[in-house]
Amino acid sequence: MSADAAIRARGLTRKFGSQVAVDHLTLSIPRAQIYGFLGPNGSGKTTTIRMLCGLLEPSEGEAVVLGIPVPREAARLRERIGYMTQKFSLYEDLTVDENLEFLAEIYALPRAASRSRIDALCAEYRLGGLRERHAGTLSGGQKQRLALAGATIHAPDLLFLDEPTSAVDPESRRDFWESLFRLVDGGTTILVSTHYMDEAERCHGLAILDRGVLVASGAPRELMSALAGAVVEVEGEALRDARDALETQPFVVSVAQLGTRLRVLTDSAEPARAVQRALAAAGVRADAHAAPPSLEDVFVSATRGRGVAA
Amino acid sequence: MNFWRRTLAVARKEVRQLRRDHFTAGMIVGLPAIQLMLFGYAINTDLRHLRAGVSDQANTQLSRRLVADVEASQVVDVVAHVERPEQLEELLRRGEIAVGLAIPRDFERRVALRDRTPAQLLIDGSDPAVLLAARSIASAPIAIRESPRAAQRDSFEVRAFYNPERRSAVQIVPGLIGVILTMTMVLFTAIAIVRERERGNLELLINTPVRTTELMLGKILPYVAIGMVQTTLILLLGRALFHVPVLGSLIEIYAASLVFVAAALSLGLLFSTLVSTQMQAFQLTFMSFLPQLLMGGFMFPFDGMPKPARAFAELLPLTHFLRLVRGMMLRDASLAELSGELWPLALFFVVTLSLSVRRFRKRLD
Repeated sequence: MSADAAIRARGLTRKFGSQVAVDHLTLSIPRAQIYGFLGPNGSGKTTTIRMLCGLLEPSEGEAVVLGIPVPREAARLRERIGYMTQKFSLYEDLTVDENLEFLAEIYALPRAASRSRIDALCAEYRLGGLRERHAGTLSGGQKQRLALAGATIHAPDLLFLDEPTSAVDPESRRDFWESLFRLVDGGTTILVSTHYMDEAERCHGLAILDRGVLVASGAPRELMSALAGAVVEVEGEALRDARDALETQPFVVSVAQLGTRLRVLTDSAEPARAVQRALAAAGVRADAHAAPPSLEDVFVSATRGRGVAA
Repeated sequence: MNFWRRTLAVARKEVRQLRRDHFTAGMIVGLPAIQLMLFGYAINTDLRHLRAGVSDQANTQLSRRLVADVEASQVVDVVAHVERPEQLEELLRRGEIAVGLAIPRDFERRVALRDRTPAQLLIDGSDPAVLLAARSIASAPIAIRESPRAAQRDSFEVRAFYNPERRSAVQIVPGLIGVILTMTMVLFTAIAIVRERERGNLELLINTPVRTTELMLGKILPYVAIGMVQTTLILLLGRALFHVPVLGSLIEIYAASLVFVAAALSLGLLFSTLVSTQMQAFQLTFMSFLPQLLMGGFMFPFDGMPKPARAFAELLPLTHFLRLVRGMMLRDASLAELSGELWPLALFFVVTLSLSVRRFRKRLD
């Protein structure tokens, strides 16, 4: 665990009543990287982020964020982190300009600098023509850009983004990620939670969460190559029969249809051969061959196995 | 200093939002104006024209004279004449009359012998105001003046200081300042924090360096100004429409209002930290409003309440403000003379504000 890490957490746990939302999470996130939390709804992503911001008290464990222990000294952390909430949380009845002015005052930016800072943000996030518009009348993508401008107005060292692109179209999402990479180039560390595979794949590092437990972590490419050979693609006429034949096999973790192909995730030692044998035994004529694993396969194999165990 | 910068930033934001909320902005002026007109014109504690029924079984010159005199007092209008007293009871029960005058057959003899009360007044006791009015009829020695009891006189002559004409508006308008401020101020701040929570703004705010005290003060400041606007409006309208005098120092009246407004606002803030939806905030505000209205001395006499109730009412800001504002406006009392009513308000403000700051934690759990 590097002392220089932006975030270090050890055994971080949060219970709500008898329910364990985050279960002994241990991780280390390096500086100036985009780190992703990948997981379905209810996997503990938001709870973890809130604990790291000092907004929720952990039931157990500890976290050090930018060298500051949270939540004990969270007040000191405020000026150095930015937080973009899942739901748009700026004031819908204020204009773009008024929202940014309000935040500039709250962060007590030097008066002379705050005007030019707002101008720069509006240029960076293409809000120039919208400055007099009420935030409530903006589109999803525009709101998201405003939220990012607001979260970075004080040039934070660490930025938390909680499912930032859930309400925007694909093009806005691409733009948004371009902006994130520019921030990282400037030295900002970004922690982003998502349930989109394509977004997760863009992260430098990734933690896959499932029902509060960290089930896999590493760079997306590493995670995918660790799964090499475990994915078999089946092509043929009778895909439904093939699916029925495969789903009952003990070595099959999951079967998913992608257009005219079936994507089969196995834990067999010889994946392609095992699938071929199973299809032949069931009398289904189809072609099976190994395929390079995707991040989705990583995700499914990390989370599906646990479902059986639990 | 960053403290004031952030506090004022919150206040400015609040004002901007308020300006855009036309309904609420309209309420600030509309509510006091409407209430003042409504209550000022409608509420009349001088009861007149109560519907009355008469059962005159004596039917002599003296008994008819009694009925005529009662009617001449304008307190009652005789709307029904019936044969027997039992019929009066029925009319009372059906709500057709509020007062029944029963004159027995031996009325003249009773008057002459002075052994028993000559006539009977049946009253709808379910309405406290009627009871009060009826008592005034009963104490008037109307027709009996010419009887042998004429020698008897009222023991006291009543002189109403500070309101010689005993006009209701004079009693009501000063108190109305307190009632209207209580209604609007508590509600404004009660929804202030919870609205931000409902709209998700709070999640953003608690992630910023803004401190709880700054947030609370920033929320209160704009409404203090609004409270002063409302006070001015009621004073002006009260004077223009109802000729309510302002005898005491205007500056002192504003000073007292300021402290009272601060107390009401901090109570609202406290509510805001206790509830999780705007609906709950409304309910809590209303629940706190009723006891203030009923026990504070605005509607019913404070001194008439039992001791524990009076002790409780002493905890309510409106109780103290009513004494302050009535004293200053109508009796030309100075704030120094009434300081015993001012410090409880200041204390109330300090206590509720600190409780709110303590209750509101910059966390989500």
